[in-house]
Amino acid sequence: MTFLPTDEQRAFARSLDAMLTAADTPAAVRAWAGGDPGPGRALWGRLAEAGVSALAIPEEYEGLGLLPVELAHAFVELGRHAVPGPAVETVATAVLLGELARLGEPGPAKRLLPGLASGERTATLTIAGVETVRHTVPYALDADRADTVLVVRGEELWRAPGHGPVRVSADPARRLARPAPGGELLAEGPAVTVAAGQARRWAMLATAAQSLGVGLALLDRTVAYARQRAQFGTPIGAFQAVKHRLADTLLALEFARPLLFGAAVTMTPGDLAAAKVATGEAGYAAARTALQIHGAVGYTEELDLSLWLRKARPLRNAWGDPATCRATVIGAYSRTGS
Amino acid sequence: MDLSYTRTEEAFRAEAREWLREHVPAEPLPSLETAEGFAAHRAWEAELAAARWSVVSWPEAYGGRGVGLARWLLFEEEYWAAGAPGRVSQNGVQLLAPTLFDHGTAEQRARVLPSMATGETIWAQAWSEPEAGSDLASLTSRAVRTDGGWLLSGQKTWSSRAAFADRAFGIFRSDPDADRPHRGLTYLMFDLRAPGVTVRPIGRLDGKPAFAELFLDGVFVPDEDVIGEPGQGWRIAMSTTGNERGLMLRSPGRFLAAADRLVRLWETEGEPADSALRDRVADAVIGARAYQLFTAGAAARLPTGAESSLNKVFWSEYDLALHETALDLLGADGELTDGAWAEGYVFSLAGPLYAGTNEIQRDIIAERLLGLPKGRR
Repeated sequence: MTFLPTDEQRAFARSLDAMLTAADTPAAVRAWAGGDPGPGRALWGRLAEAGVSALAIPEEYEGLGLLPVELAHAFVELGRHAVPGPAVETVATAVLLGELARLGEPGPAKRLLPGLASGERTATLTIAGVETVRHTVPYALDADRADTVLVVRGEELWRAPGHGPVRVSADPARRLARPAPGGELLAEGPAVTVAAGQARRWAMLATAAQSLGVGLALLDRTVAYARQRAQFGTPIGAFQAVKHRLADTLLALEFARPLLFGAAVTMTPGDLAAAKVATGEAGYAAARTALQIHGAVGYTEELDLSLWLRKARPLRNAWGDPATCRATVIGAYSRTGS
Repeated sequence: MDLSYTRTEEAFRAEAREWLREHVPAEPLPSLETAEGFAAHRAWEAELAAARWSVVSWPEAYGGRGVGLARWLLFEEEYWAAGAPGRVSQNGVQLLAPTLFDHGTAEQRARVLPSMATGETIWAQAWSEPEAGSDLASLTSRAVRTDGGWLLSGQKTWSSRAAFADRAFGIFRSDPDADRPHRGLTYLMFDLRAPGVTVRPIGRLDGKPAFAELFLDGVFVPDEDVIGEPGQGWRIAMSTTGNERGLMLRSPGRFLAAADRLVRLWETEGEPADSALRDRVADAVIGARAYQLFTAGAAARLPTGAESSLNKVFWSEYDLALHETALDLLGADGELTDGAWAEGYVFSLAGPLYAGTNEIQRDIIAERLLGLPKGRR
């Protein structure tokens, strides 16, 4: 057993980090939230060139095959750099279509996958009943910006003709809308349900990875701030109350990280749910700590910290909220008896 | 990046499982914190040792199997899943033995390790003093040079299992004039039945009597029982404290087995509508898996010393939360002190205190892993 990233996986993550660091992602996030999707789409195009959009697409549709571990590495970087847009949803769409093709329904895959693989097109997706136990008709992320809006209802896969009013999330870079009813029926039958289940698992993995990345970025920035911000004549990072809170933040992130990569290796529902809970809670706790330690300056929009602060909570709940995932964990262990 | 075991590892697991199925006592042994339980656990150590399962990671020459970390972790998983008894020899095996492997002489290893492996000699740790706990460098118990050895005087306390143990190891101030408090300390082993040693049991929170303080009055220790160079005790002790804080003390197998028992308890005692309690059970399952995978990563990458502080805070708080959840699931019966969960709960209460308090560990994490400035404690 070698539960460590390979040199290639490490190099891939490093190259994405370098590219995103150079790309001024905070400006792209602010533009995306403010109504200009241009820089965000350009960013997605560059990520696609690096191979990110092809990590969940079979080779016969111009993808790189299904590579969940690499995808997890990539989405940690997307989270660390707060990349805007329906990246998770595009991955989930790709998995859904690829799985449908594998189950004997290749039509939608042939039409849509090559565009997703190349990064020329993006997609968003809702699967009824996924987001929370309470809300059975979730909002689609960035339905106004995605080229394709797909909706799974039971055994039917629809391509929506449009979307309702765009509503702003707690994270202004997440634009939410309900898909319009009707449109084109792309596929129906039990295969749709199976493929939607697979899409949901990949969406959980990618969202969990983003949560971890968001938490790591928040911790890095907060540690840097605590080292230079002085009060009572000393850096606040020398105070035990501050140190211990940051130590706890690191602890939660470092024990969530192996759950994320373990889930990427096994892709079992129990491991994915565990990873989703742990990364989501750790990312959100990192946000609370970051805000507390930055104080009032952290409560402002001007500081780039806000871009990550506001992402943490929505990501914690997207594609499986903590209560739903905890129920899945118990269910998985009760059944297997392991 | 993978999580599959090799054939050798799987064969080893199967062999351990088979042996444990045939030998683990059907009835739990009495608590090892009592005289009766101590004796029963000592006999169990001998049985383990006879089949070479007591110290699997040690070299064969000392009674082990010479297996690496991956197989040690597998053995621990099987051990705890089989419901096997707690390890009365753990202070020696996990703290003194690594020190001897790193700093002892060949003569010391040959003399000390075999009887440790069989449980014939049970070791207690004698580090803390009434005025030296978290600030261990302030210890005042003395080692004074004498003909052919040293004379120990002073008081050691919070010594787990010392009431029934045979020998102890600890650090003593051998040079009171050293310029810094952590210099001039010497690491040595002594006999708990030697003239001049008084052992006074201290009842723990659960009233069990194996915990003790030691009063030392001119206790003679021969030169052969000094570990490393005199005056180097602090460096030697610190080089192996990571073992105490890290996974050598609390293997993932222990928590995987406990989380599994907790899920069973939830299935028999839980109210399906009690989602708050259900979430805590889920968190126990998630925590055990997180710890297992964290360890799998650590086993593959040679962790840094400060990482054992992450490990220690995690397992100690996890262990407590898991047991609190079990007691809440038991409802009114959670108050009773005769069950396995109750005993585990009292034990888990000590986790955040010993092996370096969690406050000290968080300081280490903040300063060494995050690079925050040193401050007054």
